[in-house]
Amino acid sequence: MHSKKAPLPLTIAAFGTLLFLHVPMLIIFLYTFTPDETTYTFPLPGFTTKWFAIAWGRADLWRSLTLSLQVATIATISALILGTLAAAAVYRSNFFGRESISFLLVLPIALPGIVSGIALRTAMGGFDIPFSFWTIVIGHATFCVVVVYNNVLARFRRTSTSMIEASMDLGANSFQTFRYVVLPNIATALLAGGMLAFALSFDEVIVTTFTAGQQTTLPIWIFSQLTRPRDRPVTNVVATFVIIITFIPIFLAQRLSASSSDTEGETK
Amino acid sequence: MLNKLSTYFYQRPRLVLFLFLAPPLLYMLVVYLGSLFLLLINSFYYIDDFSGLIIREFTLRTYAQIFSPANREIFARTATMAFFVTITSAIISFPLAYYIAKYASRRLKTWLLIGVTIPLWSSYLVRVYSWKLILAQEGILSYFINLFGLNGVLQWILSFESIGGSSLALSPLGMFIVFVYIWLPYMIIPVQTALERVPNSLVEAASDLGAKPLQTFRTVILPMAFPGVIAGSIFTFSLTLGDFIIPLAVGNSKFFIGQAVYSYQGTAGNIPLAAAMTMGPVVIMIIYLLIARRLGAFDAL
Repeated sequence: MHSKKAPLPLTIAAFGTLLFLHVPMLIIFLYTFTPDETTYTFPLPGFTTKWFAIAWGRADLWRSLTLSLQVATIATISALILGTLAAAAVYRSNFFGRESISFLLVLPIALPGIVSGIALRTAMGGFDIPFSFWTIVIGHATFCVVVVYNNVLARFRRTSTSMIEASMDLGANSFQTFRYVVLPNIATALLAGGMLAFALSFDEVIVTTFTAGQQTTLPIWIFSQLTRPRDRPVTNVVATFVIIITFIPIFLAQRLSASSSDTEGETK
Repeated sequence: MLNKLSTYFYQRPRLVLFLFLAPPLLYMLVVYLGSLFLLLINSFYYIDDFSGLIIREFTLRTYAQIFSPANREIFARTATMAFFVTITSAIISFPLAYYIAKYASRRLKTWLLIGVTIPLWSSYLVRVYSWKLILAQEGILSYFINLFGLNGVLQWILSFESIGGSSLALSPLGMFIVFVYIWLPYMIIPVQTALERVPNSLVEAASDLGAKPLQTFRTVILPMAFPGVIAGSIFTFSLTLGDFIIPLAVGNSKFFIGQAVYSYQGTAGNIPLAAAMTMGPVVIMIIYLLIARRLGAFDAL
């Protein structure tokens, strides 16, 4: 740690960048109060809170929200299982192709979403799999796995193997060791990874546009408003809601990671 | 019973490894790589112009279509955008990344990192949407530009054909701003991680040996931060290459790769051409990832 104070221009530039990252989201919140239905006039021509009630009463939004939550839940659970298994395998053993596992898992987020989306769609179409709730989940799980994997693997690498050996020496079998030593150790990493995977799935749109049939997830609803705005004020309310609902798990995941001095989970 | 099972597994580490690896590997290999492979195969098929049916014969004619002048222009336009977005993100990311790595107190550092990661993880779509409000002709940015009497400057910039348009919301310049805004956190984090690894003693040694701050930056800090920049650029470059939401929401009617793929696949039903077009970004990204791994960028992820 430097004891020096930062030069003023650097401080200004640093905090300016931080503002640049956050102010746009606040502007949406501001616009939830506009009475203006057809344009984005600034300054706001008045003040109203009626859009919250109107958005609340929209059945299509509730359906989309429910769908998104269901998809995110199942995708997260799948990612937790697959990601933890992969992390455990990579951590405990040396095997041929071990180095390629990270590469394989990171592909779905390193390749543009449109590539994954269209590939999955082509495959599903080729095998006559009808687009449904499950095709959305399958798509989401591919890019959620790496998040859990990264978090759990980072935690494993910080856990010393001597704890596990001690547990075994003291007569615990593998299952007991897992239950009482390994699981408590990786619990927060699982929680952090799971929450990030959930947030990732909850607002994914690109892969979803390709793997969904008639289903409208919340991001797909917002996307349709982006290209053909029909309900501008309601969209503002929905957008604010999405910011808040994704903020909570992200914030908690970051706190969890930070408190155990991990720097994991920062790359999507 | 459990003890027996435990011993059984303990004596067969290969079996345990197999049981651990099989589910994730099967999933990723079969579902994900399998799909990618099918996409690759589809790119060698072609669509019959009259019937509109996909003819499943090996041919390179679909790839030939990619090199039509219109498609070449799309590739060039997208790659140029991705390039400038990456460079700009790298430059903008430095002050904040450097501040976090070298000056922030422990407490402040935690909060600043949360401040960077929240936009990274929070809804991409909502963040794009926010710029529709900001860039709108009657919106907040125009208001402040008028307030400061800078409208003439804006009109002058927008009058350039390559970056301008009728308004910021409908111009490549507006799109560029949105791209940088959206992908910037992906650059800040790896750059910060890389800067974190530059030992302070090295910076001090450089200045003790008479290097000016700028010299220290160029000859000590920048080379050590470079793997971080490469790691970040994986995301900024790749994500810009394939994005179709931002060009749809903000840009003008000129296509980007993502949009072209989206419309070939959707309205035109031309999966072979869409598949062939995505192979561009795929090849570019795989080469990029392999180089990045060589340069040690994966450690900075």
